Amino acid sequence: MLKGGVIMDVVTPGQAKIAEDAGACAVMALERVPADIRKDGGVARMSDPDMIEGIKAAVTIPVMAKARIGHFVEAQILQALGVDFIDESEVLTPADEAHHIDKYKFTTPFVCGATNLGEALRRISEGAALIRSKGEAGTGNIVEAVRHLRSILGDIKKIGAADSAELFEWAKRLQAPLSLVQEIAETGKLPVPLFCAGGLATPADAALAMQLGAETVFVGSGIFKSDNPAARAKAIVEATTHYTDAKILAKVSAGLGAPMTGIGMDEINQRYADRGW
Amino acid sequence: MNARATIGVLALQGAFDAHVQHLSALDADVRLVKSANDLHEVNGLVIPGGESTTMSNLLVASGLGKTLSKKIDDGFPVFGTCAGMIMMAQSIIDGRPDQIVLNAMDIEVRRNGYGRQNDSFEQDIDIESFDVPFHALFIRAPIIEKLGDDVEVLSTVNGHPVLVRQGTALASSFHPELVPDLRVHEIFISIVYESNSSQVR
Repeated sequence: MLKGGVIMDVVTPGQAKIAEDAGACAVMALERVPADIRKDGGVARMSDPDMIEGIKAAVTIPVMAKARIGHFVEAQILQALGVDFIDESEVLTPADEAHHIDKYKFTTPFVCGATNLGEALRRISEGAALIRSKGEAGTGNIVEAVRHLRSILGDIKKIGAADSAELFEWAKRLQAPLSLVQEIAETGKLPVPLFCAGGLATPADAALAMQLGAETVFVGSGIFKSDNPAARAKAIVEATTHYTDAKILAKVSAGLGAPMTGIGMDEINQRYADRGW
Repeated sequence: MNARATIGVLALQGAFDAHVQHLSALDADVRLVKSANDLHEVNGLVIPGGESTTMSNLLVASGLGKTLSKKIDDGFPVFGTCAGMIMMAQSIIDGRPDQIVLNAMDIEVRRNGYGRQNDSFEQDIDIESFDVPFHALFIRAPIIEKLGDDVEVLSTVNGHPVLVRQGTALASSFHPELVPDLRVHEIFISIVYESNSSQVR
């Protein structure tokens, strides 16, 4: 029920209220937004349960929270806390450099990041209920999100045009289960919803992701690192709904104050998108 | 034969694609509704599952809310599933104070009545006039706490109504659009066709 909506990163109950007021379809509860994780350095972990409880109490919409890649105990704790979705996220420092969480062991649905179709299908085969293209979190720069979305959706199109013999080669190349590749060939889409994350900062960014084929967008640092978070959040929600109507996009993009400054890809030394295997 | 009618699906946020597929599979003319202008082109409206708080905001921002309320007062057919049912209620418990109520039905609904995402469940339910049960998915589903005498209960789970009808308004707390079974959508299509043909006359 998250489709066609905006999921916003929040670090306090107050921010969660602003997000809900603006029309977010869910919030992601975390201790620091990715831009601050990037700035501060150090190890980024699951949030304090008190903080997650505070955000759960503050809003009526679903609450997501992040566990480190491979850290199944953080995931167990998040499930015990009753969060609505667990994000096994590359934005946190990975806990396991070979294994992702076996998501079939949980009843709480998982969202996982992917930079390409092979990664997406490996996550789905581990039990992910939602996939988000990773982009590059905390940059305010959408270029990586676009690259990942185009890669995933482009390969889906190519698989749709492949003959049955070629699907074996696709499965090998993507390092993904053949059955999932065959399913994509038949249906023309991922078996789970495809969301977009990482670097979205403006209403136009959200609409771009939607026009490229994302079903919902995550906005992390882009809202609460901007001049006027409430207005920007509301504008991004409207842009995500009316993503093909340029007149509405022009209207909601006006007078929002400065977006987050953002950084170029050649200025960063740690690419979060490279985390995960 | 029934008069031909176009069925709209509110496409502000939520699972509207699945409704479009179901209605199209039943050979209905379907149109996405995002503005008041779109609404004037359709003979009935499906309000999908999603976040009712999100849809409420977007109804206000687009100016669609007022037009829709007015049409509903005039007997315009609407079918709400999950969040859509919440929006159609006369009053909402555990919603937001500024949340829109379309007052399409004499029901009081508790948002997230069954709990959070993890409390979601699926169950075969008996529905009036159906020969075999319907496989129903309840996702953070609302509970109908109170209903008026004019509301017809078509199905219940643990004593709570889960599919209800009042005149040209139909509402379910489950998601009929997420299972291949088309029977609940058939009910709404016939409501729209009946309403449309009676207006044509």
